[in-house]
Amino acid sequence: MPDATGLELIAQRVGEQVGDDAVAGTVYYREQATLDVAPARVREVLEYLRDRDPDPWPLLMSLHGVDYLPEEPRLGVHYQLLSTERLDRLGVRTRVGVDDPKLPSVVEVFPTADHQEREVFDMFGVEFAGHPDLRRILMPEDYEGFPQRRDFPMGGEPVLFTFNEHELPRWYD
Amino acid sequence: MTDPEPVVHSEPEEPITGTRLTPVEEIEPETELFTVNIGPQHPATHGVLRLFCTLEGEVVRDVKPLVGYVHTGIEKSCEDHQYWKAITFVERMDYLAYYFNSLAFCMAVERLLEEEVPPRAQYLRVAHLELNRIASHLFWLGTAILDIGAISPIFYALRDRERCLDLFEMSGGQRLHTRYFQVGGVIEDIPPGWDGAVRRFSREFSTRIEQMEDLLDKNEIFLSRAKNTGIVSEERLLALGVTGPLLRATGNPWDLRKAIPYSSYDHFDFKIPVGTTGDNYDRYRVRIAELRESLKLVEQALDGMPEGPWISTNRKVALPPRHELATSMEALIHHFKLVTEGFRVPPGEAYAAIESPRGELGCYVLADGSAKPARVHMRDPSFVNLQAVPDMARGGLVADLIASVAFLDPILGGIDR
Repeated sequence: MPDATGLELIAQRVGEQVGDDAVAGTVYYREQATLDVAPARVREVLEYLRDRDPDPWPLLMSLHGVDYLPEEPRLGVHYQLLSTERLDRLGVRTRVGVDDPKLPSVVEVFPTADHQEREVFDMFGVEFAGHPDLRRILMPEDYEGFPQRRDFPMGGEPVLFTFNEHELPRWYD
Repeated sequence: MTDPEPVVHSEPEEPITGTRLTPVEEIEPETELFTVNIGPQHPATHGVLRLFCTLEGEVVRDVKPLVGYVHTGIEKSCEDHQYWKAITFVERMDYLAYYFNSLAFCMAVERLLEEEVPPRAQYLRVAHLELNRIASHLFWLGTAILDIGAISPIFYALRDRERCLDLFEMSGGQRLHTRYFQVGGVIEDIPPGWDGAVRRFSREFSTRIEQMEDLLDKNEIFLSRAKNTGIVSEERLLALGVTGPLLRATGNPWDLRKAIPYSSYDHFDFKIPVGTTGDNYDRYRVRIAELRESLKLVEQALDGMPEGPWISTNRKVALPPRHELATSMEALIHHFKLVTEGFRVPPGEAYAAIESPRGELGCYVLADGSAKPARVHMRDPSFVNLQAVPDMARGGLVADLIASVAFLDPILGGIDR
């Protein structure tokens, strides 16, 4: 892990090279470095970190969503970068609100993001502009709602394919 | 009577082989390309995986893996359970590598709690992880070879896997989903006799690996199905985020146990097997070699097993020992609080990654200060590795697609979670 100083240096370089509005902050917690990035610039920042940074981060290991309810903006998307040369990890995080959750897709930068962005779309409703095939991946295609959001209720799922539905009309209400 | 025309044997302009094809753009898609669904209920897809294939005769032009048929919302369910109860859930994701799932989750929570794991617990974890890796690879070996047409190896592989499960039953009380790893250590010390049972298994199993190799390495059918099929370059695999034996088969020695050691893997002496070309045969060789390395690790863990506690002595996190409950009021209170409310984790987020039998298994945990996690996410290696299937299959035969999926070792429970 880059230490707290190293993280500040990365943030400074990203600010200089990509734009001052790209970096929203840094978090160093439990020996893990996370760079907060403005949602509109996330693709440029990841491209910079992969190709142009003096200490490049060539691999995206994980991309996942998270709901920070009750904080605002609520939704977060994490990118876990890895350098196999320096045996080091860097987290990049961006936050979007639930009203208009839109992010640029990073599939062209990191092809591995394909399925993982689809999963974040499926579970949190974050729309990735420029994703080649943005569909639900785990939930059924006609599913309504985004189940991993924290205000999505637990339980009460209607059972699919019930042959005796007419005998038990909407028992789950 | 006229002389018959002399027969002229003319060379065909290009040799006719099974893969001579019209370029895709020159043919009418409606007439020449057709789509076939393999799965979701198909014995060769290792669970409920659906492969949406575009074929031109026997040749795969494109394939889309469609998943989600066994999605059970485990990540969502974890948010409704205390940390120590969520271990039970995460174990059921990748159901062949349950020790790995629980370790990734426990490591993320331990990082948030800044909880030190005692050395004996770390060694016990390594011993169980490596036995689980053997069990997982054996199950892969049996089913993958079964997919490409050999029946016998699955019986031998499962016979030896049963031995691993017997050892798990002996130490943790359960054969599958043992819930042996706890936040802060392991639930119980190994029972007397476990050491000897593992060593007996280890002695017998090292010859069994050789028997398995003898069965397969001279089998013409197996070799022709596995060699030179499903090749994807190292750069492409890295871009797709593929890790584990698939990446190591191309010659890249990336293994988190060596690179970023956890659970005192840095105390152990083991090698990382790599392949050369990255075809299905190399994947098989890498996994067979990993069986031997895992066996070495298990023996080293037994040899170097430190004395001491097997779970953290922090009573706010780990249950007090049973005998203290009868004499100590304080222990009883701690026990009651832990069992009813669970422990609280300070707000924050952590990502912990380990090397599972299939690649990097990462667990992300967001804590909001309560006794339940606000978000648990597993970066499951099968889910990410599955994206390499189109690259492996394009331009090959349908039969090679089946072999590639088998040698990819996807676990649908882990993919769909």
